Amino acid sequence: MKAAHRSHFVYVTFIRTTPAKLWEALTEPQFIRQYWFNTTVECGWKKGSPWKMNRPDGSPTDTGEILEIDPPRRMVIRWQNEWKPELKAEGPSRCTIELEPVDSAVKLTITHEIDRPVSEFIKAVSGGWPRILSNLKSLLETGEVAITSHPGH
Amino acid sequence: MGDADLLFKALADPGRRKLMDRLHAHDGQALSELCRHLDMTRQGVTQHLAVLEAANLVAVQWRGREKLHFLNPVPLQEIYDRWIRKFERPRLKALRDLKRRLEEHGEATPTAPARRTP
Repeated sequence: MKAAHRSHFVYVTFIRTTPAKLWEALTEPQFIRQYWFNTTVECGWKKGSPWKMNRPDGSPTDTGEILEIDPPRRMVIRWQNEWKPELKAEGPSRCTIELEPVDSAVKLTITHEIDRPVSEFIKAVSGGWPRILSNLKSLLETGEVAITSHPGH
Repeated sequence: MGDADLLFKALADPGRRKLMDRLHAHDGQALSELCRHLDMTRQGVTQHLAVLEAANLVAVQWRGREKLHFLNPVPLQEIYDRWIRKFERPRLKALRDLKRRLEEHGEATPTAPARRTP
């Protein structure tokens, strides 16, 4: 599909850590909740594993499946919003997470896309990803997060 | 040069800020597309994009032979966390305290103190 028929965002951050530590931060539920506003993740982290994000009360916010996984380099998640009917109606999106060592840091690239020319879902995640990535960088580099609450929740 | 220096230097140019606005309006553009809407030479746009890329404000992705440019808001969020959030919090607290104090006093004294009967 041509780029014009698809909505997508690319986020990049350089984190002074190792690919192994960053991969752990992206897949370890206890670690994820620290920088993802108390959201928890359930996943077996294998190709075809169901993937689920939950609020602290256990209700799901997003569900999906691991489409590709190659630790500690790359994973692709089929990502479906579950809590807002108008976002859920847009159908599944695709989130690609790539890690690449650069000097003494790791370049983390998140590409989030959906096969629609205009997408409210992509607009919605575009507010969240920068905060999550800024928090993740801060947590890995300093041991503390900068933002503890999610303004949208 | 440190990350923050590269970032603030990149933001210090009006042409580069305009490029960021163009990408914000329409993300994922190729160089030729960006040049079409800007009053800058192709070479100028290329140089500005290189500075923005070095500061991580622009991320590039190849789609076949086409190099697409995406506005990367993550460093702006880091500036916000580092340079704005911590300064606005004490000010908001001061305003909240002032409001509370004024409202408490306002309720207690419907008339001016000088006219109150002893």
